[in-house]
Amino acid sequence: MKPFQKLDGLVAPMDRANVDTDAIIPKQFLKSIKRSGFGPNLFDEWRYMDVGQPGQDNSGRPLNPDFVLNQPRYKGAEILLTRDNFGCGSSREHAPWALEDFGFRVLIGPSFADIFFNNCFKNGLLPIKLAADEVDALFAQCHGSEGYRLSVDLQAQTITRPDGKVIAFDVDPFRRECLLNGWDDIGLTLRHADKIRDFEAKRRIAQPWLFA
Amino acid sequence: MQAQTLYEKLWSSHVVHVEDDGTALIYIDRHLVHEVTSPQAFEGLKLAGRKPWRVDSIVATADHNTPTDHWEQGILDPVSRQQVETLDSNIREVGALAYFPFKNERQGIVHVIGPENGATLPGMTVVCGDSHTSTHGAFACLAHGIGTSEVEHVMATQCLLQKKSKTMLIRVDGELGAGVTAKDIVLAIIGRIGTAGGTGYAMEFAGSAIRSLSMEGRMTICNMAIEAGARAGLVAVDDKTIDYLKDRPFSPKGETWDRAVDYWRTLHSDEGAQFDAVVELDAAKILPQVTWGTSPEMVAAIDGIVPDPALESDPVKREGMERALQYMGLAPRTPIAEIPVDKVFIGSCTNSRIEDLRAAAEVAKGRRKADNVKLVLVVPGSGLVKRQAEAEGLDKVFVAAGFEWREPGCSMCLAMNADRLEPGERCASTSNRNFEGRQGAGGRTHLVSPAMAAAAAIAGHFADVRTLA
Repeated sequence: MKPFQKLDGLVAPMDRANVDTDAIIPKQFLKSIKRSGFGPNLFDEWRYMDVGQPGQDNSGRPLNPDFVLNQPRYKGAEILLTRDNFGCGSSREHAPWALEDFGFRVLIGPSFADIFFNNCFKNGLLPIKLAADEVDALFAQCHGSEGYRLSVDLQAQTITRPDGKVIAFDVDPFRRECLLNGWDDIGLTLRHADKIRDFEAKRRIAQPWLFA
Repeated sequence: MQAQTLYEKLWSSHVVHVEDDGTALIYIDRHLVHEVTSPQAFEGLKLAGRKPWRVDSIVATADHNTPTDHWEQGILDPVSRQQVETLDSNIREVGALAYFPFKNERQGIVHVIGPENGATLPGMTVVCGDSHTSTHGAFACLAHGIGTSEVEHVMATQCLLQKKSKTMLIRVDGELGAGVTAKDIVLAIIGRIGTAGGTGYAMEFAGSAIRSLSMEGRMTICNMAIEAGARAGLVAVDDKTIDYLKDRPFSPKGETWDRAVDYWRTLHSDEGAQFDAVVELDAAKILPQVTWGTSPEMVAAIDGIVPDPALESDPVKREGMERALQYMGLAPRTPIAEIPVDKVFIGSCTNSRIEDLRAAAEVAKGRRKADNVKLVLVVPGSGLVKRQAEAEGLDKVFVAAGFEWREPGCSMCLAMNADRLEPGERCASTSNRNFEGRQGAGGRTHLVSPAMAAAAAIAGHFADVRTLA
C-alpha cells in the first residue's frame, strides 16, 4: 500500500449527503477482474452525459458541465469535501480504488459509511471525520475561493486551512501507523499466526461442527 | 457474570488478539465468496505467494453476473462471462467446502444458499465481500460485509481486523396487521432512524413482532440492517432457528447436533444486558411501506403522500429531497397510491425466498398484470427455492398472471446482468436499494414488499395490498 504522511492539496466540494457507492462507481465497471483503471469512471453517471461501458475509451465522451469535478477550477483536486454518510451502500472496494485512481488521497466529511471507511484505509486513502460545523466552514471557504487548498498532516493529525486555523482530527492509532508506513495488513496479522493456530485448535475441540 | 448482549457474546468468543488501541483480530468461521469481489483477492494472494488458511471455510457461488433466462446460451456478455469463469478457475485451484457454479442445481444468491444449505450456523462469524452479508445475522451469527482487501486478508489469515461496535437494540412489539411483512418493518425502521442511524452499531432486532417472524422474515430484516448503516444485524436463537437448520446438508448431525443445539440456546442477550442505544416500534402501527426517493430512508406508508421539500428546514436535507424528486420524476404531495409503475421486480437477497414468492403468488392468484406494466420479473433466490416454488405450483400462478418466471440470481437488484431498467422507467422492486441508477442508468426504483410488488403489478400503480379489489 502507498504510505500517506502529508499532503498539501487542492480541494473539491461534493455538496450532497448520502453519496452511495453505486454513484461513486456504477455496477457495470465491477465486472473488471483488476484493481486499477477505475478513475476514468469515478462518478460515471454524474460526470458524463452518456451511459459508460467497461473497456470503452472515455476521452471522447460528452462531459456534464454542471458536475463539480468537471469544472476547471477543481482539476487536479486531491482532497474531496463530502457530506454525511458518504460511501453508503455496497461493500465494493472499487469505490476507494476509483477515488484513489482519480487522484484523491484525502476525504473530509462529517460521517462515512462503515465498510467504505474501512476500505479506504486499505488503499492509502485517508477519510477524516470532522464536526459538522467545521465541515460547513470548509465548504463555505472552498466555494468562496478558487484554488482553495488544505494541508493535511497525518503524523500530527491536523488540517491547516489557508487562513492559518489548525483543525485537529482523530484517527485510530493502529490505522494511522499502517497508513503512515504503508504496511500490508496481512503481513502484520501473520505475525500472530501462532495465536491464530492456537485459537483454531481450541475451537475445533469445543465446536467441531464448525470444521465439518 | 455481568449480563451480556448477544453481540458481546459473539465478539468475545472470536477474539484472537487485541492491539493497544482496541483493534482486534477476530477469527472467521465461514467465508462466502462470489465472483464480483473476489478476483482481485485471489490474485493478490497468488502474487504474494500465500496459501489460503482454511479452504473448508469457503462456500462459493456465482450470482451477480449470471443471466436469468436462456441458460442454454451461457453468459453472453464476455466481460461478465470472464468474471464468472475467473471464479470457476480460482475455486478449482484453491478449493472450497462447497462451490455452486452457474447452472448448478443449488446455485443461487450467496445470502440465500448459505442458510438453506446449513452453511450458516448460529454462533459463527460469517464474512463475504458483499454488504448484504448482514442477512446471516438472523441466525445469531456475527456477519459482516467486507471489502476485497479484507476478502484477501481472511483468505490468508482466517481473521478480520475489527474494532468492537456499539450495540443497538431495536425492539418491535405488538402484532403486525394483515398484509404487513418483515420488509415493511425494516423500511419503517430505516424511515425512523435514517440510513446512517446505525453506523458504528451492531443492531439486534427483538420483541414479539420479530419473534413471530419466520426465519425468512428475519433474514429480510437483517439483510437491510446495512441500509440503516449497521454492518451487522442480529436476531437471537429460538426454536424457529433450530427447526430451520435441522437436517440441512452442512448442519451438524447426530450427537454433534445435540451439542451444537445446547450451545446455540445460549445465543441471546441476557436479561438486563445494556445496549448503547434502544429504539422501539409498535408493530400494530406499521403500514405497508413504499419508498419515494433515492435513499431507503425516503419512505412513506401506502396511504401517505410524497413529502414537500419546502417544509424541510435543514438545507442539505432539502436539497437532497429536491434532487431525489427530480430524479424520480415525482411532484411533492403526490399520493403514493397514484404513482404508476412500468416494471416490477420480485427477487434479490432481501426477498427471493420461498415465503416471499408465496406472498407474491397469493396476491397474483387469479389476477392479471395491468396493461401499462411492461414486465414483471420473478427471480427465485436459488435453484432450491425455484424447485420448491414449482412443486407448490407458484410458477403457474405467476405465468397465468402475465409475470415472467426466471432462473435464480441477483438479477435486477443491481442490474449487472441483462435484467435492467431503461432510463425513466419506474419499478416496484422487492430489492434493498433505490439509489440513482441502481437498477439501470436513469431507472427509478421504489422499494416494497413482495405482496406490495405483486399488488402494484396487478393495479398498474402502487396499491394497498390489504384492500386490493
